Amino acid sequence: MSGTASTLVHVAQPHRRRTLADPPWLKRTLLVVAIGFVALFLVIPLGAVFVEALRGGFRLYWAALTEPDALAAVRLTLLAAAIAVPCNVVFGLAAAWTIAKFDFRGKSVLTTLIDLPFAVSPVIAGLVYVLMFGAQGWMGEWLADRDLRIIFATPGIVLATVFVTFPLVARELIPLMQAQGRDEELAALTLGAGGWKTFWRVTLPNAKWGLFYGVVLCNARAMGEFGAVSVVSGHIRGETNTIPLHVEILYNEYQTQAAFAVASLLTLLALLTMLLKSLIEWRHRRALLAAAHAETRTFAS
Amino acid sequence: MRTPHPELSPNLRTRRRRVLPGFGLTLGTTLLFLSLIVLLPLSAAFIRTAGLSWEEFWGHVSSPRVVASYRLTFGAALAAAAANAFFGVIVAWVLVRYEFPGRKIVDALVDLPFALPTAVAGIALTALYAPTGWIGGLLEPLGIKVAYTPLGIWVALTFIGLPFVVRTVQPVLEELEPELEEAAATLGATRTQTLRRVVLPALLPATCTGFTLALARGIGEYGSVVFISGNMPLRTEITPLLIVTKLEQYDYAGATALAVVMLVVSFALLFGVQLLQRWFFSPERHGR
Repeated sequence: MSGTASTLVHVAQPHRRRTLADPPWLKRTLLVVAIGFVALFLVIPLGAVFVEALRGGFRLYWAALTEPDALAAVRLTLLAAAIAVPCNVVFGLAAAWTIAKFDFRGKSVLTTLIDLPFAVSPVIAGLVYVLMFGAQGWMGEWLADRDLRIIFATPGIVLATVFVTFPLVARELIPLMQAQGRDEELAALTLGAGGWKTFWRVTLPNAKWGLFYGVVLCNARAMGEFGAVSVVSGHIRGETNTIPLHVEILYNEYQTQAAFAVASLLTLLALLTMLLKSLIEWRHRRALLAAAHAETRTFAS
Repeated sequence: MRTPHPELSPNLRTRRRRVLPGFGLTLGTTLLFLSLIVLLPLSAAFIRTAGLSWEEFWGHVSSPRVVASYRLTFGAALAAAAANAFFGVIVAWVLVRYEFPGRKIVDALVDLPFALPTAVAGIALTALYAPTGWIGGLLEPLGIKVAYTPLGIWVALTFIGLPFVVRTVQPVLEELEPELEEAAATLGATRTQTLRRVVLPALLPATCTGFTLALARGIGEYGSVVFISGNMPLRTEITPLLIVTKLEQYDYAGATALAVVMLVVSFALLFGVQLLQRWFFSPERHGR
């Protein structure tokens, strides 16, 4: 088995020996520094969102969430995520199948190229679509003749979202499917299953947790993307505003409490994402440990 | 599916390598998506810039306002990545080696900057560090201003880059053989000597990787910075914001030229990470 499994599986630590114990003063200092750092940079900002959101009471909080522009922003965000996530799933599965199950030249280049969107500033992700589809862009005239709008409209927002979330599902699936190898698929084929049947019955069930994890991450990023979407959206209230853009507008109009109320929605989504991630890792770890035990038993017999 | 008869096949090797179906379909889908969504749009930036003369390009990317934004962006991103390298190793160490109440919660919390939308992080940090905020209010009497200064940008970038070092160092630390540390102890090293001479060097490659990833992320970061930076030209204006400003003024050539500079830097960093990984880790250990 390859290293992916080993990074997920905590190797059962041997009984900690005396020699490896850090002196108490060191242990205390490091704990204080680490927890202080996490508290200062993570816990306090997290708390600040909810405190600011509820500053004016629950009634104002609710009003900020149910205002028509806020609801329109929620609808648009859900729509963008509903298109971007399935796109990523299809792409992620295809990329993982190619990279994990076959050997071919240029494989490492392909893997690097898939990661490319992570290295690109979100602002540039938006900019390149403006260069392609904007009024002065490559296809600007052609689109204008046909009365089609991509930039400053929903399609541009969806495209920018797909760009920034592009590697997420593939990145989760590739190492997992590489670790699982191709023996089970070969067995299924030998037993007479077709390609699609093998995929649905063998590959997908094996990779389901990785896929689910990728979808969760992709969804969080899709709903929260700000920079790229901001460049292509045009900020038309009630029309091309996603939730993060709505937060920005409210904040810049000094409606701080309303901005934080809407932001708290995204924060809850982030917390849910982190919770799911921890649950999946925990399950996954147990499954891998069980598999590892089964393997040792087979070898022992 | 036809039954494979490898022994009858004249070119047995190619047959066996491609015995699973779907190579053409999945590679085709991958390349199609990759080209349409990523490569073609990115190449648009380079092609658009290639239309400029060298003098025009240089004029766009070296005006004083632009150079000030580079200095700020790279300086703040470097300082934030350095802070994350230092604190990230400590957080990873504490998470892997010590048992303490709430360890699982701290471990899960480290992912917050990945999961929290950058705009939310931006307004939360600004509210905290503004002169009227919880932390800004404490620092104000000391004469320290954070929000709307380069220090505020550093705070935002430190937040954004926090998970990178922790998450690259953590798995290495988990796999570190305790025998190494035991051997050092047996040979008479004190615990602090062991940590400095044995453990830290073993963590260095992962720390460098995490540092570079945090740096790359920080350079391109936009959402969390625009709120806290105050966006004053020449003083607190980062390069991504300058791109947006130029775009809003319909200065497409200027925005694209800046984007190309940033893309080149990002690709160089990405390439650097790849080299680091290749030198320090075997691909098996670090498939992720």
